[in-house]
Amino acid sequence: MDYLTIIQILDSMLRLSAPLIFACLAGLFSERSGIFDIGLEGKMLASAFFSAAMAAATGSVWLGLMAGLTASMILAAIHGVASITFQGNQLISGVAINFLASGMTALIGQNWFRLGGRTPSLSGDSRFLPIDFPFTESIGKIPIVGPIYSDLLSGHTILVYIALITVPVTWWLLFRTRFGLRLRAVGENPEAVDTGGVSVSFLRYRAVLICGLLCGLGGAYLATGMAAGFIRDMTAGKGFIALAALIFAKWRPGYALYACLLFGLLEAIAIRYQNITIEGFGTIPVQFMQALPYILTIVILAGLVGKAIPPKAGGEPYIKER
Amino acid sequence: MKSLPKGVDLVLIPLINLLLAFMISGLVVVYIGENPFRAMQIIIHGSLGSAYGLGYTLYYATNFIFTGLAVAVAFHARMFNIGGEGQAMVGALGTALVCLYIEWPHWIIAFPVAILAAALFGATWSAIPAYLQAKRGSHIVITTIMFNFIAYSLMVYLLVHILKPKGQMAPESAKFVAGSNLPTAHEIFGWFGMVFPKSPPLNITFLLAMLACFLIWLFIWRTRMGYAIRAFGWSETAAVYAGISPFRIIMVSMLVSGGLAGLMSINTVMGEAERLLIDSVQGAGFVGIAAALMGRSHPLGVFLAAVLFGVLYQGGAELEFEMPAVSREMIVVIQALVILFTGALENLVRVPIGKLFLKLNTKQN
Repeated sequence: MDYLTIIQILDSMLRLSAPLIFACLAGLFSERSGIFDIGLEGKMLASAFFSAAMAAATGSVWLGLMAGLTASMILAAIHGVASITFQGNQLISGVAINFLASGMTALIGQNWFRLGGRTPSLSGDSRFLPIDFPFTESIGKIPIVGPIYSDLLSGHTILVYIALITVPVTWWLLFRTRFGLRLRAVGENPEAVDTGGVSVSFLRYRAVLICGLLCGLGGAYLATGMAAGFIRDMTAGKGFIALAALIFAKWRPGYALYACLLFGLLEAIAIRYQNITIEGFGTIPVQFMQALPYILTIVILAGLVGKAIPPKAGGEPYIKER
Repeated sequence: MKSLPKGVDLVLIPLINLLLAFMISGLVVVYIGENPFRAMQIIIHGSLGSAYGLGYTLYYATNFIFTGLAVAVAFHARMFNIGGEGQAMVGALGTALVCLYIEWPHWIIAFPVAILAAALFGATWSAIPAYLQAKRGSHIVITTIMFNFIAYSLMVYLLVHILKPKGQMAPESAKFVAGSNLPTAHEIFGWFGMVFPKSPPLNITFLLAMLACFLIWLFIWRTRMGYAIRAFGWSETAAVYAGISPFRIIMVSMLVSGGLAGLMSINTVMGEAERLLIDSVQGAGFVGIAAALMGRSHPLGVFLAAVLFGVLYQGGAELEFEMPAVSREMIVVIQALVILFTGALENLVRVPIGKLFLKLNTKQN
């Protein structure tokens, strides 16, 4: 394996991690506020479909992005109404949202485009195109450092950079603002927040909607940035890998980035090499690489390496005393 | 809130929830530009209007009975087993191993062995999440989701690298030995001199599913263990105070749950495909969640809800044929809405109805 191959793998790691980062941070906001969300997958899928559909119809990827964000946030609002206002079971609501997205996108997709649930393939302005950094030609010639700049960092769509910027922004929002302090408090001890005269419901609704927004960005990236159009069930478990990454990261933004990069790297390696043969050891099948994020999460959950403790009030609807 | 009359709680509220789900689905059909009442007619006629349709409906229902019971048993211990999909997949592996490598002289010997293997494999797959929940407090929902994905990767690996016969392209196992083929409804009706169409895959497993409903009812409501499980589900602290061990309850309820999910594979793998395919479960694990919610975790309710979903699955296939604009995914949408209304948005209907009954009661007094 030469240097350029490593750069290429890291490059594809960045591309594959971006949707995970969005979805993982989305889950972070929601779960830190005490609302479990296993519907990340569904929200991403809805956004992927509506962004691609709108982009195909109007030719503008930005209008597509708006449509995707709207769809994802509507699903997030349903989750909010079910789990905050009606104090329903958050896990069941998440399951319902995943199915709703999977069914609706296929049904409407077939009805609109008659392509077996796909959208027409996107090109030109109806897609997010790679952004090339300035002077890649000349800087790329510098040994070692050059390729990092010209091949690894340059040449991604704007959403990848937004994903990377979202990580410090999330950290700042959660740990350096009043909103963040209250959001974290409401996930640990909603009674205390309520006693302090701050609305638990309003805080949680905001968290859930931010979650919808970020899932929407992730979904739109899948259909209009990474791929050129929507295909049925294209999220293919990414929402759940993001959930795994969230646990892996112990609900912290910085670790979330590393977890998503790690899972992205595993995927990149699996795509490039299929079955990996190691001399004197045997062959690692590609299926093992695909299952590895889940296996690692189980190991973390089992408490064999560190311990993942979720926000204390997570999953419990808050019932105000009268 | 005061408890509602039993009939309201068990029958009226689920029916209103179902009606809401159907109404929204109807609106979706209208949006697509078809007549929802005609769609409903096609679904009912296609699934119940002929012996052929009924054969398919009950075949699907058999799957959903097993996965629905699996979710229901876990619900009684307040465990949300979302891993029915993975447990059924691994159960299918157990069934396949029994039917592939032993020369069975007659299905009647192969049947109980396969049942044991399927339940054992399914239970094994739920054992690790159960243990982690009981001992480490790792959330069962998260671990069972992860185990679904791990099961899928495991299945692909086994079928591509190990179980696939040499020289075959499709990733599926060899055909099972002839002695393991279960009698279909066509044959069973034939024994009694009656006629049933040949093509529906309905088979003897349906009877096993009905037996399972009865046994689970017996287990939950007529045994000491079942009582302990229900007590634990109502109040963990009270159960612990009464000397019930949470570890035992979580393990037993999840093992039974996983075993039931595994049994589903008897129907699909041994009864229908007669070989192991990559996706032998086809989402039935998730339909089980809807069936358990709809059926209020009672075996009879699960049975009825499973038949309802059988109707939707078979009718949905017919619907796609008659109304090409409404594709099969309509069923997934209905399923999602049923889960949403009966599970997550339960209070949307329950609270107003509770208030209504309170008003009626105070008037009478």
